[in-house]
Amino acid sequence: MASDAPTTTEYIKHHLQNLTFGQHTDGSWGIAHGAAEAKAMGFWAIHLDTMFWSVLLGALFLWGFRKAALRATAQTPSGFLNFVEWIVEFVDENVRGSFSHKNDLVAPLALTLFVWVLLMNTMDLVPVDWIPQIAHLMGIEYMKVVPTTDPNATFGMALGVFVLTLFYSIKIKGVGGFAAELTMQPFQANNPILKILFVPANFFLEFVSLVSKPVSLSLRLFGNLFAGEMIFILIALLFSGGAMLAVAGGVLQWAWAVFHILIVLLQAFIFMTLTIVYLEMAHSHH
Amino acid sequence: MNINLTLIGQSVAFIVFVWFCMKFVWPPIVTALNERKTKIADGLAAAEEGQREKAKAQEHVAQVTSEAKEQAQEIIRRAERREVEMIEEAKGSARVEGDRVLTAARSEIDKEANMAREALRAQVAGLAVAGASKILAREVDSDAHAKMLDDLIAEL
Repeated sequence: MASDAPTTTEYIKHHLQNLTFGQHTDGSWGIAHGAAEAKAMGFWAIHLDTMFWSVLLGALFLWGFRKAALRATAQTPSGFLNFVEWIVEFVDENVRGSFSHKNDLVAPLALTLFVWVLLMNTMDLVPVDWIPQIAHLMGIEYMKVVPTTDPNATFGMALGVFVLTLFYSIKIKGVGGFAAELTMQPFQANNPILKILFVPANFFLEFVSLVSKPVSLSLRLFGNLFAGEMIFILIALLFSGGAMLAVAGGVLQWAWAVFHILIVLLQAFIFMTLTIVYLEMAHSHH
Repeated sequence: MNINLTLIGQSVAFIVFVWFCMKFVWPPIVTALNERKTKIADGLAAAEEGQREKAKAQEHVAQVTSEAKEQAQEIIRRAERREVEMIEEAKGSARVEGDRVLTAARSEIDKEANMAREALRAQVAGLAVAGASKILAREVDSDAHAKMLDDLIAEL
Protein backbone atom coordinates (compact mmCIF):
# COMPACT_ATOMS: atom_id res chain seq x y z
CA MET A 1 0.00 0.00 0.00
CA ALA A 2 1.09 3.51 -0.63
CA SER A 3 1.76 5.90 2.18
CA ASP A 4 -0.82 7.58 4.42
CA ALA A 5 -3.68 5.13 3.91
CA PRO A 6 -4.74 6.17 0.43
CA THR A 7 -8.25 5.88 -0.91
CA THR A 8 -9.06 3.26 -3.49
CA THR A 9 -8.80 5.72 -6.34
CA GLU A 10 -5.50 7.07 -5.07
CA TYR A 11 -4.18 3.53 -4.70
CA ILE A 12 -5.04 2.60 -8.28
CA LYS A 13 -3.77 5.89 -9.67
CA HIS A 14 -0.56 5.48 -7.73
CA HIS A 15 -0.01 2.05 -9.19
CA LEU A 16 -0.60 3.28 -12.71
CA GLN A 17 1.82 6.18 -12.45
CA ASN A 18 5.26 5.80 -13.98
CA LEU A 19 8.36 7.21 -12.41
CA THR A 20 8.78 10.09 -14.82
CA PHE A 21 11.91 12.17 -15.17
CA GLY A 22 11.73 15.38 -17.13
CA GLN A 23 11.64 19.16 -17.11
CA HIS A 24 9.11 20.74 -14.78
CA THR A 25 7.03 23.67 -15.92
CA ASP A 26 9.23 25.95 -13.87
CA GLY A 27 12.25 24.92 -15.92
CA SER A 28 13.98 22.67 -13.39
CA TRP A 29 14.69 18.99 -14.09
CA GLY A 30 13.47 16.27 -11.79
CA ILE A 31 11.01 13.50 -11.07
CA ALA A 32 7.32 14.25 -11.51
CA HIS A 33 5.13 14.08 -8.40
CA GLY A 34 1.78 12.90 -9.62
CA ALA A 35 0.13 12.41 -12.96
CA ALA A 36 -0.48 16.09 -13.64
CA GLU A 37 3.19 17.01 -13.31
CA ALA A 38 4.20 14.08 -15.49
CA LYS A 39 1.72 15.14 -18.14
CA ALA A 40 2.97 18.71 -18.00
CA MET A 41 6.50 17.51 -18.86
CA GLY A 42 5.35 16.73 -22.41
CA PHE A 43 7.30 14.55 -24.77
CA TRP A 44 10.78 15.20 -23.42
CA ALA A 45 10.38 13.12 -20.32
CA ILE A 46 11.36 9.55 -19.67
CA HIS A 47 9.84 6.76 -17.62
CA LEU A 48 12.73 5.64 -15.47
CA ASP A 49 10.96 2.53 -14.16
CA THR A 50 9.98 1.28 -17.62
CA MET A 51 13.47 1.85 -18.95
CA PHE A 52 15.12 0.31 -15.90
CA TRP A 53 13.07 -2.87 -15.87
CA SER A 54 13.02 -3.41 -19.61
CA VAL A 55 16.76 -2.87 -19.98
CA LEU A 56 17.45 -5.01 -16.90
CA LEU A 57 15.32 -7.87 -18.23
CA GLY A 58 16.72 -7.52 -21.75
CA ALA A 59 20.24 -7.57 -20.36
CA LEU A 60 19.37 -10.58 -18.20
CA PHE A 61 18.09 -12.39 -21.26
CA LEU A 62 21.14 -11.59 -23.36
CA TRP A 63 23.56 -12.35 -20.51
CA GLY A 64 21.99 -15.76 -19.89
CA PHE A 65 21.72 -16.67 -23.54
CA ARG A 66 25.22 -15.39 -24.28
CA LYS A 67 26.57 -17.58 -21.50
CA ALA A 68 24.71 -20.55 -22.93
CA ALA A 69 25.93 -19.67 -26.44
CA LEU A 70 29.53 -19.71 -25.27
CA ARG A 71 29.05 -23.19 -23.86
CA ALA A 72 27.13 -24.48 -26.89
CA THR A 73 28.97 -27.27 -28.63
CA ALA A 74 28.01 -30.30 -30.67
CA GLN A 75 28.38 -32.37 -27.50
CA THR A 76 25.49 -33.48 -25.32
CA PRO A 77 23.89 -30.35 -23.83
CA SER A 78 22.82 -30.09 -20.21
CA GLY A 79 20.99 -27.87 -17.76
CA PHE A 80 20.34 -24.29 -18.76
CA LEU A 81 21.89 -24.84 -22.19
CA ASN A 82 19.19 -27.42 -22.87
CA PHE A 83 16.52 -24.90 -22.00
CA VAL A 84 18.10 -22.22 -24.20
CA GLU A 85 18.42 -24.62 -27.11
CA TRP A 86 14.81 -25.62 -26.67
CA ILE A 87 13.69 -21.97 -26.96
CA VAL A 88 16.02 -21.32 -29.88
CA GLU A 89 14.69 -24.34 -31.75
CA PHE A 90 11.13 -23.32 -30.99
CA VAL A 91 11.72 -19.84 -32.40
CA ASP A 92 13.69 -21.22 -35.34
CA GLU A 93 10.84 -23.57 -36.20
CA ASN A 94 8.36 -20.72 -36.09
CA VAL A 95 10.54 -18.56 -38.30
CA ARG A 96 11.00 -21.39 -40.78
CA GLY A 97 7.25 -21.97 -40.81
CA SER A 98 6.23 -18.39 -41.54
CA PHE A 99 9.25 -16.81 -43.18
CA SER A 100 10.35 -18.21 -46.53
CA HIS A 101 13.16 -15.84 -47.49
CA LYS A 102 16.84 -15.64 -46.67
CA ASN A 103 17.43 -13.09 -43.92
CA ASP A 104 19.79 -13.62 -40.99
CA LEU A 105 18.10 -10.88 -39.00
CA VAL A 106 14.63 -12.34 -38.65
CA ALA A 107 15.33 -15.35 -36.41
CA PRO A 108 17.45 -13.45 -33.82
CA LEU A 109 14.89 -10.64 -33.95
CA ALA A 110 12.10 -13.09 -33.22
CA LEU A 111 14.10 -14.71 -30.41
CA THR A 112 14.87 -11.35 -28.82
CA LEU A 113 11.28 -10.18 -29.01
CA PHE A 114 9.87 -13.45 -27.70
CA VAL A 115 12.12 -13.80 -24.68
CA TRP A 116 12.29 -10.11 -23.88
CA VAL A 117 8.53 -9.60 -24.05
CA LEU A 118 8.01 -12.82 -22.13
CA LEU A 119 10.32 -11.66 -19.33
CA MET A 120 8.68 -8.23 -19.20
CA ASN A 121 5.22 -9.81 -19.13
CA THR A 122 6.30 -12.21 -16.40
CA MET A 123 6.92 -9.23 -14.12
CA ASP A 124 3.14 -9.03 -14.02
CA LEU A 125 3.07 -12.20 -11.91
CA VAL A 126 5.07 -10.59 -9.14
CA PRO A 127 2.50 -9.43 -6.54
CA VAL A 128 1.65 -5.83 -7.38
CA ASP A 129 2.81 -4.31 -4.12
CA TRP A 130 6.12 -6.02 -3.51
CA ILE A 131 8.48 -4.06 -5.68
CA PRO A 132 6.68 -0.69 -5.29
CA GLN A 133 6.86 -1.14 -1.50
CA ILE A 134 10.58 -1.86 -1.62
CA ALA A 135 11.01 1.14 -3.90
CA HIS A 136 8.99 3.20 -1.45
CA LEU A 137 11.31 2.18 1.37
CA MET A 138 14.21 3.30 -0.80
CA GLY A 139 12.50 6.66 -1.25
CA ILE A 140 11.24 6.13 -4.77
CA GLU A 141 7.72 7.46 -5.07
CA TYR A 142 6.43 5.61 -8.12
CA MET A 143 7.38 2.22 -9.50
CA LYS A 144 5.58 0.46 -12.33
CA VAL A 145 7.41 -2.85 -12.76
CA VAL A 146 5.78 -4.28 -15.89
CA PRO A 147 7.28 -2.44 -18.87
CA THR A 148 4.73 -3.91 -21.28
CA THR A 149 1.93 -2.09 -19.42
CA ASP A 150 3.56 1.11 -20.58
CA PRO A 151 2.44 1.92 -24.14
CA ASN A 152 5.80 3.58 -24.69
CA ALA A 153 7.54 0.23 -24.39
CA THR A 154 5.22 -1.66 -26.70
CA PHE A 155 5.11 1.20 -29.23
CA GLY A 156 8.88 1.45 -29.05
CA MET A 157 9.27 -2.19 -30.06
CA ALA A 158 6.50 -2.03 -32.63
CA LEU A 159 8.16 1.08 -34.08
CA GLY A 160 11.41 -0.86 -34.43
CA VAL A 161 9.57 -3.65 -36.24
CA PHE A 162 7.77 -1.09 -38.41
CA VAL A 163 11.02 0.57 -39.44
CA LEU A 164 12.45 -2.84 -40.33
CA THR A 165 9.33 -3.62 -42.35
CA LEU A 166 9.71 -0.38 -44.31
CA PHE A 167 13.45 -0.93 -44.74
CA TYR A 168 13.06 -4.42 -46.18
CA SER A 169 10.05 -3.45 -48.29
CA ILE A 170 12.13 -0.80 -49.99
CA LYS A 171 15.28 -2.92 -50.08
CA ILE A 172 13.59 -5.94 -51.67
CA LYS A 173 11.09 -4.24 -53.97
CA GLY A 174 12.79 -0.89 -54.53
CA VAL A 175 11.19 2.48 -53.93
CA GLY A 176 9.08 2.10 -57.08
CA GLY A 177 7.96 -1.40 -56.20
CA PHE A 178 6.98 -0.37 -52.72
CA ALA A 179 5.15 2.70 -54.00
CA ALA A 180 3.36 0.55 -56.55
CA GLU A 181 2.33 -1.81 -53.80
CA LEU A 182 0.84 1.11 -51.91
CA THR A 183 -0.98 2.66 -54.88
CA MET A 184 -1.75 -0.01 -57.51
CA GLN A 185 -3.91 -2.31 -55.41
CA PRO A 186 -6.41 -3.54 -54.30
CA PHE A 187 -8.21 -1.67 -57.17
CA GLN A 188 -6.56 -2.56 -60.45
CA ALA A 189 -7.21 -1.47 -64.01
CA ASN A 190 -5.56 -1.80 -67.40
CA ASN A 191 -6.72 1.61 -68.52
CA PRO A 192 -3.97 4.12 -67.50
CA ILE A 193 -6.47 6.87 -66.69
CA LEU A 194 -8.47 4.57 -64.45
CA LYS A 195 -5.24 3.45 -62.88
CA ILE A 196 -4.37 7.01 -61.91
CA LEU A 197 -7.90 7.57 -60.66
CA PHE A 198 -7.58 4.54 -58.41
CA VAL A 199 -4.35 5.77 -56.85
CA PRO A 200 -5.84 7.89 -54.01
CA ALA A 201 -8.31 5.19 -52.98
CA ASN A 202 -5.63 2.52 -53.12
CA PHE A 203 -3.15 4.62 -51.24
CA PHE A 204 -5.69 5.42 -48.55
CA LEU A 205 -6.53 1.74 -48.00
CA GLU A 206 -2.94 0.50 -48.13
CA PHE A 207 -1.64 3.31 -45.95
CA VAL A 208 -4.21 2.55 -43.28
CA SER A 209 -3.36 -1.13 -43.36
CA LEU A 210 0.36 -0.33 -43.26
CA VAL A 211 0.08 1.98 -40.26
CA SER A 212 -2.38 -0.26 -38.47
CA LYS A 213 0.23 -3.01 -38.27
CA PRO A 214 2.54 -1.43 -35.67
CA VAL A 215 -0.42 0.16 -33.89
CA SER A 216 -2.28 -3.10 -33.50
CA LEU A 217 0.94 -4.96 -32.68
CA SER A 218 1.73 -2.67 -29.77
CA LEU A 219 -1.82 -2.03 -28.58
CA ARG A 220 -2.61 -5.74 -28.42
CA LEU A 221 0.32 -6.40 -26.11
CA PHE A 222 -0.25 -3.26 -24.09
CA GLY A 223 -4.00 -3.82 -23.76
CA ASN A 224 -3.71 -7.41 -22.60
CA LEU A 225 -1.02 -6.73 -20.05
CA PHE A 226 -2.55 -3.49 -18.84
CA ALA A 227 -5.90 -5.20 -18.28
CA GLY A 228 -4.20 -8.05 -16.44
CA GLU A 229 -2.26 -5.63 -14.27
CA MET A 230 -5.44 -3.67 -13.59
CA ILE A 231 -7.19 -6.79 -12.32
CA PHE A 232 -4.24 -7.62 -10.08
CA ILE A 233 -4.47 -4.11 -8.64
CA LEU A 234 -8.22 -4.46 -8.05
CA ILE A 235 -7.69 -7.84 -6.38
CA ALA A 236 -4.95 -6.32 -4.24
CA LEU A 237 -7.50 -3.79 -2.97
CA LEU A 238 -9.29 -6.69 -1.23
CA PHE A 239 -6.36 -7.15 1.13
CA SER A 240 -7.24 -3.96 2.99
CA GLY A 241 -10.87 -4.97 3.49
CA GLY A 242 -10.67 -7.32 6.49
CA ALA A 243 -9.76 -10.98 7.01
CA MET A 244 -12.53 -12.53 4.89
CA LEU A 245 -11.87 -10.31 1.92
CA ALA A 246 -8.12 -10.81 2.29
CA VAL A 247 -8.51 -14.58 2.03
CA ALA A 248 -10.79 -14.18 -0.97
CA GLY A 249 -8.22 -11.81 -2.43
CA GLY A 250 -5.46 -14.36 -1.95
CA VAL A 251 -7.46 -17.05 -3.71
CA LEU A 252 -8.44 -14.69 -6.51
CA GLN A 253 -4.93 -13.46 -6.99
CA TRP A 254 -3.64 -17.00 -7.23
CA ALA A 255 -6.37 -17.98 -9.70
CA TRP A 256 -5.85 -14.89 -11.84
CA ALA A 257 -2.08 -15.42 -11.80
CA VAL A 258 -2.53 -18.98 -13.07
CA PHE A 259 -4.76 -17.75 -15.85
CA HIS A 260 -2.45 -14.85 -16.53
CA ILE A 261 0.49 -17.18 -17.19
CA LEU A 262 -1.34 -18.13 -20.35
CA ILE A 263 -1.74 -14.50 -21.41
CA VAL A 264 1.89 -13.71 -20.54
CA LEU A 265 3.12 -16.53 -22.76
CA LEU A 266 0.54 -16.11 -25.49
CA GLN A 267 1.07 -12.38 -25.94
CA ALA A 268 4.84 -12.83 -26.18
CA PHE A 269 4.30 -15.56 -28.78
CA ILE A 270 1.79 -13.46 -30.75
CA PHE A 271 4.13 -10.48 -30.76
CA MET A 272 6.91 -12.66 -32.15
CA THR A 273 4.73 -14.41 -34.73
CA LEU A 274 3.20 -11.19 -36.03
CA THR A 275 6.67 -9.65 -36.33
CA ILE A 276 7.75 -12.61 -38.46
CA VAL A 277 4.60 -12.37 -40.57
CA TYR A 278 5.03 -8.62 -41.14
CA LEU A 279 8.62 -9.15 -42.25
CA GLU A 280 7.54 -11.98 -44.52
CA MET A 281 5.02 -9.61 -46.10
CA ALA A 282 7.74 -7.00 -46.51
CA HIS A 283 9.89 -9.55 -48.35
CA SER A 284 7.30 -10.97 -50.71
CA HIS A 285 5.88 -9.34 -53.82
CA HIS A 286 2.14 -9.03 -54.11
CA MET B 1 0.55 6.94 -19.49
CA ASN B 2 1.97 9.67 -21.64
CA ILE B 3 3.77 9.01 -24.85
CA ASN B 4 7.19 10.51 -24.34
CA LEU B 5 10.91 9.98 -24.70
CA THR B 6 10.53 6.47 -23.28
CA LEU B 7 9.29 5.48 -26.73
CA ILE B 8 12.61 6.35 -28.30
CA GLY B 9 14.54 4.90 -25.39
CA GLN B 10 12.71 1.62 -25.84
CA SER B 11 13.33 1.62 -29.58
CA VAL B 12 17.03 2.14 -29.00
CA ALA B 13 17.16 -0.59 -26.37
CA PHE B 14 15.26 -2.87 -28.73
CA ILE B 15 17.68 -2.25 -31.60
CA VAL B 16 20.71 -2.79 -29.35
CA PHE B 17 19.30 -6.03 -27.96
CA VAL B 18 18.41 -7.39 -31.38
CA TRP B 19 21.84 -6.45 -32.69
CA PHE B 20 23.55 -8.17 -29.77
CA CYS B 21 21.39 -11.26 -30.15
CA MET B 22 22.10 -11.40 -33.88
CA LYS B 23 25.84 -11.00 -33.40
CA PHE B 24 26.63 -12.94 -30.24
CA VAL B 25 23.75 -15.21 -29.25
CA TRP B 26 22.02 -16.67 -32.26
CA PRO B 27 24.96 -17.77 -34.48
CA PRO B 28 26.90 -19.88 -31.91
CA ILE B 29 23.78 -21.67 -30.69
CA VAL B 30 22.45 -22.41 -34.16
CA THR B 31 25.90 -23.48 -35.34
CA ALA B 32 26.19 -25.87 -32.40
CA LEU B 33 22.70 -27.20 -33.05
CA ASN B 34 23.44 -27.79 -36.70
CA GLU B 35 26.77 -29.41 -35.89
CA ARG B 36 25.07 -31.71 -33.44
CA LYS B 37 22.39 -32.52 -35.99
CA THR B 38 25.07 -33.48 -38.52
CA LYS B 39 26.90 -35.50 -35.90
CA ILE B 40 23.79 -37.42 -34.93
CA ALA B 41 22.94 -38.03 -38.56
CA ASP B 42 26.50 -39.27 -39.17
CA GLY B 43 26.30 -41.50 -36.12
CA LEU B 44 23.04 -43.01 -37.27
CA ALA B 45 24.44 -43.56 -40.74
CA ALA B 46 27.55 -45.19 -39.25
CA ALA B 47 25.38 -47.45 -37.08
CA GLU B 48 23.40 -48.47 -40.13
CA GLU B 49 26.62 -49.06 -42.04
CA GLY B 50 27.88 -51.19 -39.16
CA GLN B 51 24.71 -53.25 -39.21
CA ARG B 52 25.11 -53.78 -42.94
CA GLU B 53 28.76 -54.76 -42.48
CA LYS B 54 27.80 -57.19 -39.75
CA ALA B 55 25.13 -58.79 -41.91
CA LYS B 56 27.63 -59.07 -44.75
CA ALA B 57 30.22 -60.63 -42.43
CA GLN B 58 27.67 -63.12 -41.13
CA GLU B 59 26.78 -64.04 -44.67
CA HIS B 60 30.45 -64.46 -45.47
CA VAL B 61 30.95 -66.66 -42.39
CA ALA B 62 28.02 -68.85 -43.38
CA GLN B 63 29.38 -69.17 -46.89
CA VAL B 64 32.89 -70.06 -45.70
CA THR B 65 31.50 -72.59 -43.22
CA SER B 66 29.39 -74.32 -45.82
CA GLU B 67 32.31 -74.36 -48.24
CA ALA B 68 34.52 -75.89 -45.58
CA LYS B 69 31.89 -78.49 -44.82
CA GLU B 70 31.62 -79.33 -48.49
CA GLN B 71 35.36 -79.64 -48.78
CA ALA B 72 35.52 -81.90 -45.74
CA GLN B 73 32.80 -84.08 -47.26
CA GLU B 74 34.73 -84.19 -50.50
CA ILE B 75 37.93 -85.15 -48.69
CA ILE B 76 36.15 -87.91 -46.77
CA ARG B 77 34.55 -89.18 -49.97
CA ARG B 78 37.88 -89.24 -51.75
CA ALA B 79 39.54 -91.00 -48.82
CA GLU B 80 36.85 -93.63 -48.85
CA ARG B 81 37.25 -94.11 -52.56
CA ARG B 82 41.00 -94.34 -52.12
CA GLU B 83 40.57 -96.91 -49.36
CA VAL B 84 38.41 -99.09 -51.58
CA GLU B 85 40.94 -98.69 -54.40
CA MET B 86 43.82 -99.56 -52.15
CA ILE B 87 42.04 -102.66 -50.92
CA GLU B 88 41.26 -103.64 -54.50
CA GLU B 89 44.85 -103.01 -55.54
CA ALA B 90 46.14 -105.02 -52.61
CA LYS B 91 43.75 -107.78 -53.47
CA GLY B 92 44.88 -107.71 -57.10
CA SER B 93 48.56 -107.74 -56.32
CA ALA B 94 48.06 -110.47 -53.74
CA ARG B 95 46.25 -112.53 -56.35
CA VAL B 96 49.00 -111.92 -58.92
CA GLU B 97 51.66 -112.76 -56.35
CA GLY B 98 49.79 -115.88 -55.35
CA ASP B 99 49.44 -116.91 -58.96
CA ARG B 100 53.09 -116.30 -59.51
CA VAL B 101 54.10 -118.28 -56.44
CA LEU B 102 51.71 -121.04 -57.49
CA THR B 103 53.11 -121.13 -61.00
CA ALA B 104 56.68 -121.15 -59.67
CA ALA B 105 55.79 -123.94 -57.27
CA ARG B 106 54.09 -125.87 -60.02
CA SER B 107 57.02 -125.58 -62.40
CA GLU B 108 59.34 -126.54 -59.55
CA ILE B 109 57.16 -129.52 -58.84
CA ASP B 110 57.14 -130.39 -62.54
CA LYS B 111 60.90 -130.02 -62.69
CA GLU B 112 61.34 -132.15 -59.58
CA ALA B 113 58.91 -134.70 -60.95
CA ASN B 114 60.73 -134.76 -64.31
CA MET B 115 64.05 -135.09 -62.60
CA ALA B 116 62.69 -137.93 -60.43
CA ARG B 117 61.19 -139.48 -63.53
CA GLU B 118 64.49 -139.13 -65.37
CA ALA B 119 66.35 -140.63 -62.41
CA LEU B 120 63.78 -143.38 -62.11
CA ARG B 121 63.94 -143.99 -65.81
CA ALA B 122 67.72 -144.18 -65.63
CA GLN B 123 67.57 -146.51 -62.68
CA VAL B 124 64.82 -148.59 -64.34
CA ALA B 125 66.97 -148.72 -67.45
CA GLY B 126 69.98 -149.70 -65.33
CA LEU B 127 67.91 -152.27 -63.48
CA ALA B 128 66.47 -153.55 -66.73
CA VAL B 129 69.91 -153.71 -68.24
CA ALA B 130 71.26 -155.33 -65.10
CA GLY B 131 68.31 -157.72 -65.03
CA ALA B 132 68.56 -158.42 -68.68
CA SER B 133 72.30 -158.78 -68.48
CA LYS B 134 71.87 -161.21 -65.62
CA ILE B 135 69.31 -163.09 -67.73
CA LEU B 136 71.13 -162.83 -70.96
CA ALA B 137 74.57 -162.88 -69.38
CA ARG B 138 76.93 -163.22 -72.12
CA GLU B 139 74.53 -163.09 -75.02
CA VAL B 140 73.98 -159.44 -74.70
CA ASP B 141 76.93 -157.30 -75.46
CA SER B 142 76.31 -154.02 -73.87
CA ASP B 143 78.24 -152.24 -76.56
CA ALA B 144 76.51 -154.03 -79.40
CA HIS B 145 73.09 -153.59 -77.99
CA ALA B 146 73.56 -150.11 -76.69
CA LYS B 147 71.32 -148.70 -79.35
CA MET B 148 68.55 -151.03 -78.57
CA LEU B 149 68.88 -150.30 -74.88
CA ASP B 150 68.73 -146.60 -75.45
CA ASP B 151 65.56 -147.01 -77.44
CA LEU B 152 64.16 -149.04 -74.62
CA ILE B 153 65.07 -146.35 -72.11
CA ALA B 154 63.38 -143.72 -74.22
CA GLU B 155 60.19 -145.79 -74.37
CA LEU B 156 59.94 -146.05 -70.61
